[in-house]
Amino acid sequence: MSGSTLILLALAIPAIAALLIPLFHRLPNVREAVTLLAAGLLAVVVYAIVPMVMAGDVPMTGALEVVPGLEIGFSVEPLGMIFACVASTLWIVNSIYSIGYMRGNSEPRQTSFYVCFAVAIAATMGIAFSANLFSLFLFYEVLTLSTYPLVTHKGNDAARRGGRIYLTLLLGTSMLLLLPAIIWTEALAGTLNFTSGGIIPYTVPPAIIGILLLLYVYGIGKAAVMPIHFWLPAAMVAPTPVSALLHAVAVVKAGVFTVTKVVVYVFGLDLLVNAGTAGWMMWVAGFTVIVASLVALRQDNLKKRLAYSTISQLSYVVLAVSILAPLSLVGAALHIAAHAVSKITLFFAAGSIYTAAHMTEVSQMNGIGRRMPWTMGAFAIGALSMIGVPPTAGFLSKWFMLSGAYTAEAWLAVGVIVVSTALNAAYFLPIVYSAFLRKEDEDHAEKHGNHGEAPLAVVIALTLTAAGTILLFLFPGPLLTLAESMMGLGIGGEQ
Amino acid sequence: MSEPLDEILNVVVGNFNQWITIFLMVAGLYVVVARGNMVKKLVGLSIFQTSVYLLYISPGKILGGTPPIITDGVEVYSNPLPHVLILTAIVVGVATLALGLGLVVRINEAYGTIEEEEIFDQGSDE
Amino acid sequence: MTGEGLTLAQQLPALQIVLPLTGAALCALIDRRNVGWAIATLVSFAMPVISVMLLIQVLTTGPVSYAFGGWEPPYGIEYRVDVINGFLLVLISLMGAVVMPYARRSVASEIAENKQAWFYCVYLLCLAGLLGMAITGDAFNAFVFMEVSSLSMYVLIALGNDRRALVAAYQYLILGTIGATFYVIGVGLLFAMTGTLNFVDMAERIVAVEQTRPVLAALAFITVGMCLKLALFPLHVWLPNAYTGAPSVATVFIASTATKVAVYLLLRYYYSIFGAAFVFDDLPVTPILLILSLAGMFVASAVAIFQSNIKRMLAYSSVAQIGYITLGMAEATRLGLTGSIVHLFNHAMMKGALFMVMGCIAYRIGNCRLNNMAGIGRRMPVTMAAFVIAGLSLIGVPGTVGFISKWYLALAAFENGWWWLAFLIMGSSFLAVIYIGRVIEMAWFREPTGPAAEATEPPLSMLIPTWILAGACIVFGLDAEMTAGVAAQAADALFAGLR
Repeated sequence: MSGSTLILLALAIPAIAALLIPLFHRLPNVREAVTLLAAGLLAVVVYAIVPMVMAGDVPMTGALEVVPGLEIGFSVEPLGMIFACVASTLWIVNSIYSIGYMRGNSEPRQTSFYVCFAVAIAATMGIAFSANLFSLFLFYEVLTLSTYPLVTHKGNDAARRGGRIYLTLLLGTSMLLLLPAIIWTEALAGTLNFTSGGIIPYTVPPAIIGILLLLYVYGIGKAAVMPIHFWLPAAMVAPTPVSALLHAVAVVKAGVFTVTKVVVYVFGLDLLVNAGTAGWMMWVAGFTVIVASLVALRQDNLKKRLAYSTISQLSYVVLAVSILAPLSLVGAALHIAAHAVSKITLFFAAGSIYTAAHMTEVSQMNGIGRRMPWTMGAFAIGALSMIGVPPTAGFLSKWFMLSGAYTAEAWLAVGVIVVSTALNAAYFLPIVYSAFLRKEDEDHAEKHGNHGEAPLAVVIALTLTAAGTILLFLFPGPLLTLAESMMGLGIGGEQ
Repeated sequence: MSEPLDEILNVVVGNFNQWITIFLMVAGLYVVVARGNMVKKLVGLSIFQTSVYLLYISPGKILGGTPPIITDGVEVYSNPLPHVLILTAIVVGVATLALGLGLVVRINEAYGTIEEEEIFDQGSDE
Repeated sequence: MTGEGLTLAQQLPALQIVLPLTGAALCALIDRRNVGWAIATLVSFAMPVISVMLLIQVLTTGPVSYAFGGWEPPYGIEYRVDVINGFLLVLISLMGAVVMPYARRSVASEIAENKQAWFYCVYLLCLAGLLGMAITGDAFNAFVFMEVSSLSMYVLIALGNDRRALVAAYQYLILGTIGATFYVIGVGLLFAMTGTLNFVDMAERIVAVEQTRPVLAALAFITVGMCLKLALFPLHVWLPNAYTGAPSVATVFIASTATKVAVYLLLRYYYSIFGAAFVFDDLPVTPILLILSLAGMFVASAVAIFQSNIKRMLAYSSVAQIGYITLGMAEATRLGLTGSIVHLFNHAMMKGALFMVMGCIAYRIGNCRLNNMAGIGRRMPVTMAAFVIAGLSLIGVPGTVGFISKWYLALAAFENGWWWLAFLIMGSSFLAVIYIGRVIEMAWFREPTGPAAEATEPPLSMLIPTWILAGACIVFGLDAEMTAGVAAQAADALFAGLR
């Protein structure tokens, strides 16, 4: 099949699933089968594109012109390929997990849950494959809107409040900052197509470039750079599969992915280096990394702690991008994948604990590792990856980021990475320690029941992602090739 | 000495039709704005509209002109078009007034008053 | 083509007016509600056919001129269709056609049985008046049609089943008449200075007297008069009450057409007759329009947030949206004007859909209060999905028509170097997130209670028109070549002028 067919299929499969799911409203088994089938097919289709991209092709589709200057079109470059692979692979695992979780907790309105989920995945594919800023913005907004019902899923006051913050911040930043930035780009460059080496002309004064970059970094609220990170903890009211796939993988990764893409393909590294007005980005990202870690340290609610950890990890990517060195950008691309598998593992574990024992706080988890060895084992692997210890994927991306920072002599970034590694260890290791080595509280069985592991589907899912975290370290070949070929493409025509 | 006076007289008397127009216009608008009684408002509205009739018709009359019927020995005709236009405008004005009065009758049935303030007081309770 | 067909094709401009007027007379004479509906539907369906044919003719062969009654312009009344009013004719007639199937059930439930035939009669008069305002090339004829449409609108509003509708109609009558009279004063002054009422003729003759005081006064009178009619902030006070009180069908129709025609007339005077250079360069029209538009966009949106009646909320939102349209006018560039004109169409689509949803809700639960809508999305999912789509369009989410308008307006702002304006445009649409979000949250994310718990989907005859408009919000948002393309041509035509 040609590249363009595959791209369209990748968009269509989840969209069609979203249409089919409501038809089987009364047949939960068929409904879930549709989700799983779609997820499987999507992964096959997405992986079928990989060889083309590896071979240096840029598969693309024709563009639908909305009005002159605004086009909806798709093309696949390495970064988008990585993002699409991560999201589609994890959708399969997450679907298995969702089924166990949603049934285990007998959540209401499961049909609309699966529909919104499928739409969100379709939007994620759209973001990954967008050929220009307008398409990207279109799917970016679809992603926000389709995940809003998932955040408010519980339908109680807390969920509505969370949903309100979520929608206001994400939609607000994208409309107030991102959209003007896009329109400004169109006014300055006359095009919105992602192009290697950037599209902003060199004649634009450095001050304007700085302002434009500011609009982009903060307009892309999904990247959760402080101080517009509040939506992410607020979104934690959602059911855990949502937090796992969307708020650890699809949504937030869409944010940093967009930032990376804008820096590489709209501005171009050379332009930013020349302009010299992008330095603030490193400070902002570094600040977010450290402060979010400090906040995470103080959270007792496990999902909240994971959320702040996500904020901090996202800013790693922004930090890596802000170094503006090729190696660090490879690190950024790797981190998108590495953080995704490890963070989803952690969220799966959190959801598993909630399903089996209805626990949400870290302080309740003494000795739980003995009751739930698989869950906590996976959790430990995810935590090690967050810290960046081999043999986990997190080590790999950190290594590249650090090498990039050294070559670019960005000592601030080096310092931030070192300090935050210590902080990561400080807020993850105690959980692992108390889960395995502390004695269980005496009233544990009384409060949480005499539980064992979570449902099988949940355990399978988290074991798979934990294995993935390690496999990614052991066999980074294809991922690395892709990331490096992006760098080759990304550095203003040096290739 | 009398030249400025002449000038003023010229402006005032020479354009007396315009002054009447302006007076009616302002007076009508004032009544619409200042009165709370809905019928009086409509009266003001009619006065306001009437000023427009004058505005159109008075410049249409040319001094020494005859009605626009081609006759031997007459060279100057008045412009007939303003009259035709204003005939239409009068019809429109009458229709507006009729509809307005009809509405006032209905309002009186529904609220028991045609004073704007009293109606708003009742309205705010709902 | 046969000779007969040819003459019929030549008579299209006249048919555009004559058919609805005849239909109205028939409705009044027969006075049966079903017959009335049938006649109105028949006429309303014929209208878009005629207007689309006219627009195609204009796009292929240039402006169409029609001498009414055979009296040659500039002496007789000329009907003149160019791209901009051709576009407007299509818009009005399409809205008229979409509304009619919807009207049958909605009118039956909201208006007393003995008045229903009269409703259709007045509706047709209103349609004729609006189409007439758009099609005519004669300044005074435009006034007459303005009054035909306004008088019938007052009646339509007064037919609302709440006594407040009467007061709303009265208020609108007073302000509407003042607006129309201001307009006719302006026309009188222009007539006195140029000796003609024909737009094309006037555009030629005005050049010689452009800088005189009566012409300036005429410009001021026409501006104020039309701004009253198009409800530019702060001359909008009549609008919220009128839209809230009117029967659902009337609100849908009026909200999506009436103010648009007033905008068109103002555009016609500014660009075609006075000339853009005179209006926007020599006179301080730009700052005035800009400030009032922005004030409307923000104040009206902010007021909308606090409304408990959703129909009223949408009415305030309309005032804000009119701000976008006049904003594009104030930008006075080709891009800005394109945004303005395309927003005429886009706003009609989305506001029409939103008010239709309100009509469906009123049909089921009797009113449009937010408190009664808790969980209604679970009982009327198809209807409320249309609300979500049209609401997103109002916000300006990409992929919807609202985005297209905002894109042009903001791009024009950057082009003029007014980058701050682009941010203000986005800021005001952010307020729309809040007021639309409130409704969506109430309708979808609460358990159904009260009257909403027993609600069911409205009849298909109401649902389908609602979805046609909601669908249009997406279709023309994804493929705007047609709407934005015609709007761009219209903007070009306006800048080119009539001379």
